[in-house]
Amino acid sequence: MDFKDIIKPENLVYRRSSLLTDKPFSYCPGCGHGTIHRLIMEVVEELGIQEITVGIAPVGCSVLAYEFMNMDMQQAAHGRAPALATALKRLMPDKYIFTYQGDGDLAAIGTAETIHACNRGENIIIFFVNNGIYGMTGGQMAPTTLPGMPASTCPFGRDVNIMGNPLKITELVAQLPGVHFATRQSVHTPRNVRRAKKAIQMAFEVQKNKKGTSFVEFVSNCNSGWKLSPVAANEWMEQHMFPFYPLGDIKVDGNLVTK
Amino acid sequence: MGELRLMKGNEAFAEACIRAGVDAYFGYPITPQSEVLEYLMSQKPYETTGMVVLQAESEVAAINMCYGAGGAGFLPVTSSSSPGISLKMEGVSYIAGAELPLIILNVVRGGPGLGDIQPAQSDYFQATKGGGHGDYRLYVLAPSSVQEMADFVLIAKEMAFKYRNPVMILSDGIIGQMMEKVELFDPIPRRTIQEVEKQAPWATTGKKANRERNIITSLDLDPLKQEQHVYHLRDKYSQMEREDVRFEEISTEDAEYLLVAYGSSARICQKAVDLAREEGIKLGLLRAITLFPFPSKRLAELSNQVKGMLAVEMSLGQMVEDVKLAVNCRVPVEHYGRTGGVIHSPVEVLEALKSKIIK
Repeated sequence: MDFKDIIKPENLVYRRSSLLTDKPFSYCPGCGHGTIHRLIMEVVEELGIQEITVGIAPVGCSVLAYEFMNMDMQQAAHGRAPALATALKRLMPDKYIFTYQGDGDLAAIGTAETIHACNRGENIIIFFVNNGIYGMTGGQMAPTTLPGMPASTCPFGRDVNIMGNPLKITELVAQLPGVHFATRQSVHTPRNVRRAKKAIQMAFEVQKNKKGTSFVEFVSNCNSGWKLSPVAANEWMEQHMFPFYPLGDIKVDGNLVTK
Repeated sequence: MGELRLMKGNEAFAEACIRAGVDAYFGYPITPQSEVLEYLMSQKPYETTGMVVLQAESEVAAINMCYGAGGAGFLPVTSSSSPGISLKMEGVSYIAGAELPLIILNVVRGGPGLGDIQPAQSDYFQATKGGGHGDYRLYVLAPSSVQEMADFVLIAKEMAFKYRNPVMILSDGIIGQMMEKVELFDPIPRRTIQEVEKQAPWATTGKKANRERNIITSLDLDPLKQEQHVYHLRDKYSQMEREDVRFEEISTEDAEYLLVAYGSSARICQKAVDLAREEGIKLGLLRAITLFPFPSKRLAELSNQVKGMLAVEMSLGQMVEDVKLAVNCRVPVEHYGRTGGVIHSPVEVLEALKSKIIK
C-alpha cells in the first residue's frame, strides 16, 4: 500500500474535525481540554449543526476556546456563561447553545448562574471540565480540590475544617427538575473517550428535543497544576479523583440514576 | 398625535421599550425601579412582539444575559437602581469592551452602600467616569420628565447601534416614581433574525458557510493589539463629543448668572429661574441632556457671557467638576445640592445662588 492508497477516503480511519481551527492548542501537553474540544467539535460536525450552534467560553484555561473551535462564539465574564447562554437560547430557541466551563468558573464564582440556569431548565448544554484546580492562574485551590490535596493556596493540602469541602456540583444540579441529563465522564483512555463522546451526543439530542438542561462533567487532569507528569497525573486521577467523583450517568431522561 | 397616557416614569420607560422594538429585557427587583419589570410582565410582550422578558437571579446575571443578547446582535435592556447598578458594572465594562449594544436604566437612589430609597443624583461619577474597570465611556442620557423616560429609549436605541456601545439612561427616584402625562410614540416592529444579521454582521447567530466565524470577546492578550482596540474605542467617544452632545437652554439669552443641572434638579432649577426673574435677577439654566458627552463647548461659550455658574445636583458635587473643567476658571463655579435622598427646593437653590455666586 503506497501513500496514494493510504489517503483514499475508504482507508481513512481518523481525521481531525474540520471544526477545529489550525491554531495550536494553548493547553499543556497531556491536558484533557484538547480531547474534550475535539469530541464536542466532532459531534457538532457529525450532526451538521455548525451553522446553528453558538458556544460560550469561560474565564480560565479555556478562555481562548473560541480560537480553536471554528464556530460563532462568545467569551463570557468569569462564571457568567450560563447567563449568556440563557439569553442566546431564549432569543434563538432553534439554535444549539453550549457553555464550556472549568471548576472555578462554574462551581465557585459562577455557582449562582449555574444553579439558576439549571433550575430554570434552560435548554442548553453545560460542559464542565473538573480538574480540581485553577489551572490558568497557576494552581490555586478550586471548589473541587480534594481533601488533603495540595494547591498553591493550600500548600499543605486542603484542610476541610478551614477551607470547606469540595463541591459535587453535578450531583447537586441533578436534583433540580430543570436538569434532564447529568453525567460525569473522563477522557484519559480510549474507552472513556468513546463513552464521553456518547454523552456529548446525548446532550445535543436532549437539546434538540427541547427537554431541558444537560450537564456534562469531565473529570480531567491538570498535570502542570498537580506537578505530575501526564502519565502520573492520569494515574493520580484514577486513584484519587474517581473515588470522590465517580464516573457514570447521574440523571438520564429526567430521572436520577440509582446505583 | 400619539396615544396619551398618565404613567409613572418607570412604566413609561417599560412601555417605550416594547414600542421601540427592544428584543429582550433582563432585570432584578430593586426599589425604586421595580415597576419596569412588573409593567413588562403585566403586558406580556413575549406574546405580541416576541420580546424576551426574564427576571434574573441577580443583577450580575441580568447584565450578563444582556451581554449574550447583544453579542448575537439583539438589543437588550436592563434596569436597576444604584446598588444594583454597581453590581452590573463588571458586565457593563465587558459590554463596552466587546462593543455591544445595550440600554441600561439607572433610577438613582441615595447612597453610598444600601443608602436609602429616596431620589438622588450621586451616581454621576459612576455613569460618566467609568464605574467598571478600564478605559471606556457610556453614552449617558438624563431625562427630566416622564415623557423623556419614554422618548429617550428611541435615542438610546439609535446611539447603542451607531456606536456599538452601552447607553445609560441616568434617571432618579423622582422621575421613575412620579406620574405625568405621556404621549407615546407609535410601535416600531422588532427586527427579524434576517434583519438582525444584516444590521449586525458581527453577531454570533451561528457560523454560515460563506463567512468567517464571529467572536464576541473583550480579551486580547497582546498589549499592542489591546492598545489599538482602546484607541478605537476612544475614537468612538470623540465622535460622540463631536456629533451627539445634547442640552437645553432656558432663559440664557440675557442671563448674567447660570444654573447648570440635569434630570429632576433641572426641573427644580426651572422654577428657581422663574423666582429669580421675579426678583429682577437675570438667571438662566443650561440643562445637560447628555452627561457624556458633556456640553462643555456651550458652557465655555456661556462663561464669556455670565458672571458665575451654580451647578445644582442632588449630590455632594460631581457634575460640578465637569462644569469647572469646561469653564476653566473664567468665572466662579460653585456647587449646591442636598444629598442622601433629600430633594432641594427652588427657594433653596435661589438662596444658594445668592450666597455663593451673586454675594
